Amino acid sequence: MNLRRPLTLVAAGAALVLGLTACGGGGNPVAGGSSQAPAAGDTIRIGSADFTESQLLAQIYAQALQAKGVQVEVTPPIGSREVYYPALTDGSIDMVPEYTGTLLQYIKKDATETAPDAVYTALRSVVPAPLTVLDKAAAEDKDAVVVTQAFAQQNNLKSIADLAPLAANVTFGGPSEFQTRPDGIPGLKETYGLEFKGYTALDAGGPVTVKALADGQVQAADLFTTDPSIEANNFVVLEDPQNNFAAQNVVPLINSAKATDQVKQILNAVQAKLTTEGLLELNKTANAPDKPNLDTVAKNWLTQQGL
Amino acid sequence: MSLLFSYLFDAAHWSGPTGIPARIGEHLFYSVLALALGAVVAVPLGALIGHTRRGGFLVVGIANGMRALPELGLLTLLVLLMGIDLLPVTIALAVLAVPPLLAGTYSGVRNVDQGAVDAARGMGMREWQILFKVEIPNALPLILGGLRASALQVIATAAVAAYVSFGGLGRFLIDGLKSLDYSQMAAGAILVALLALAVEGLLALVQRAVVSPGLRGGGRRSPTAEITTPDSSPDSTDTTTATPEPAGATP
Amino acid sequence: MVWDWIPRNTALIWGALQVHVVLALIPVVAGLVLAVPLGWLASRNGAVRAVFIPAASVLYTIPSLAVFIVLPAILGTQILDPLNVVVALTIYTVALLVRSVADALAAVPALVVAAATAMGYKPGRRFVSVELPLAVPVLIAGLRVAAVSNISLVSVGALIGVGGLGQLFTEGYQRDFPTEIIVGIVLIVLLALVVDGLLVLAGRFITPWARVAA
Repeated sequence: MNLRRPLTLVAAGAALVLGLTACGGGGNPVAGGSSQAPAAGDTIRIGSADFTESQLLAQIYAQALQAKGVQVEVTPPIGSREVYYPALTDGSIDMVPEYTGTLLQYIKKDATETAPDAVYTALRSVVPAPLTVLDKAAAEDKDAVVVTQAFAQQNNLKSIADLAPLAANVTFGGPSEFQTRPDGIPGLKETYGLEFKGYTALDAGGPVTVKALADGQVQAADLFTTDPSIEANNFVVLEDPQNNFAAQNVVPLINSAKATDQVKQILNAVQAKLTTEGLLELNKTANAPDKPNLDTVAKNWLTQQGL
Repeated sequence: MSLLFSYLFDAAHWSGPTGIPARIGEHLFYSVLALALGAVVAVPLGALIGHTRRGGFLVVGIANGMRALPELGLLTLLVLLMGIDLLPVTIALAVLAVPPLLAGTYSGVRNVDQGAVDAARGMGMREWQILFKVEIPNALPLILGGLRASALQVIATAAVAAYVSFGGLGRFLIDGLKSLDYSQMAAGAILVALLALAVEGLLALVQRAVVSPGLRGGGRRSPTAEITTPDSSPDSTDTTTATPEPAGATP
Repeated sequence: MVWDWIPRNTALIWGALQVHVVLALIPVVAGLVLAVPLGWLASRNGAVRAVFIPAASVLYTIPSLAVFIVLPAILGTQILDPLNVVVALTIYTVALLVRSVADALAAVPALVVAAATAMGYKPGRRFVSVELPLAVPVLIAGLRVAAVSNISLVSVGALIGVGGLGQLFTEGYQRDFPTEIIVGIVLIVLLALVVDGLLVLAGRFITPWARVAA
């Protein structure tokens, strides 16, 4: 038995496996995804939260910048603010679409401002360097407490305050992070005295929350006001007279090192065109049954707006 | 370090419907359902293929194919198609339980000494009697080994159910991730690992208690072993004490 | 199924597949490189074995999601760094292979080792040219399990914003879109089968004596 031959073959085998890895890796896609080193000086790496509207906005910003010759890169959707915000501060990404009210409360837990301009002014003063926010859009997408029409009629519900006597029998559904956020369950308890029977962690205003509410697995849920499925399912958005939910205007949060005058100008032009109705329409298009590509939806919107 | 354990050792997290004991209960509940469903599918199939000694390639194929199925994909798909319900979660987890159980049952039954099976046949036993009275009792160590491996897999992976809105210990991982609370995530990870190891140990004890004394390694040798290996040379008797390690069969 | 979603998204799918392959296979190679010396130590030293083998089983019970999330805190890496996934899967691979390597080396007949020693092989060379090649079949079996389970586990990385085919699961789930999830599952299973087949072939190729015996 020749025992040397196998050795060379083992080496060949190892080379094969290594080669295979290398083939699959054509062009180092790992670095293309989202790697540790901050993007090259001129590339802006745009992240997003894990819901469709955020990904759409990321695409809109990216394509508007690209059209004017700015290098951009869109990362895979990241998750909740609690995860993507640290990714912004450690330089993994450079920019993310944000909402004024919740961002303000994330940075400054005891913020009390609720009106759009007040929230925006307060936000500008607390965003820590090197991060900065650009112009706020007119478009607003708020968290809202939503119930089914049947449940609203049966209990004569108009505002969140009307839920108080029922809360002990109500299971609330929403994204996991809503349980701990200041304007989430703690806020509802403080502002309206709601103490729910239980909390079911679903998704961030997505199809799972809609399904759970429609099927009665939860009786009240946190959805976003620009969600077309609220109308499609005849859900009722409960009024928020005490302003538990602050104004939520769309605003880009960006690393100021990447926010050159040109970049600011391009993005602020986009901001000027974003309206709440426009956002609702964008979500409706994106959720059509044939699930159009988000980049196509974004592109069509930009063309339509003349951007 | 103490930061990592702060969630786990906070008394407030040890009571109520979202407390640690309740989450452990949910976790075990999903796991037991999935193991039961997996066993209902895998054990009869493995026993049948092992008994007929035909289609062994099928076992390898099914086991490998199912191992490759991504749990997260299965869960999200089944929940979208069937709704937020126990059934899709049970099915998705049962898929993990099948390969080790199938492989264990198959190889257990398949490897029962042909001499013992022939002897049973010679005594006039029917095929189903051979299966239930000879092959399955003899295969029990390997079947239970498969169950242990399945339980380990299912318990470790049941955490993913939290992503599709279920409870269990995965809740601590997902909620911890969403609010970037490392001590909560650490609590979830530690508890899942401890639970998996505890169940594994428990099943090892069950395995000891249930397996026929004649099949245990060491100690007295079973009469069947003497009959079925009449021509064994003296030094080969030593090797019979080295019982196969069942859990290692399917990592 | 919305079939035309596939041609509309070839760029997304292809990109995710590439990232997936890299993230799944680097740990297999790295794990193999680490597991061989560790397994060798475990096969020679009872005390080492008594520590490694149970430690490996414990590691295997920690949910992958937990490891992905906790690693940045331990390694000091960034949260979105794909390195977290690579390191986590390498740990699993090592945990799985150490046992295989130790068992395979322990199973090399003492007579063969003695014969090689008598032929004048020094321990280092004997290990590389005699013991290791004889351990290859068991090693390949372990590698197959590790590769297949890595390919499936990489998808969990999508929960922490790391790319790969798992992205199709999270996105499909958010958009209530089964087609996207099915595409991801099919690709992952196909990828696993291809890699598994390649490992079987590689195993046959490097152990010609096994074919002769069969």
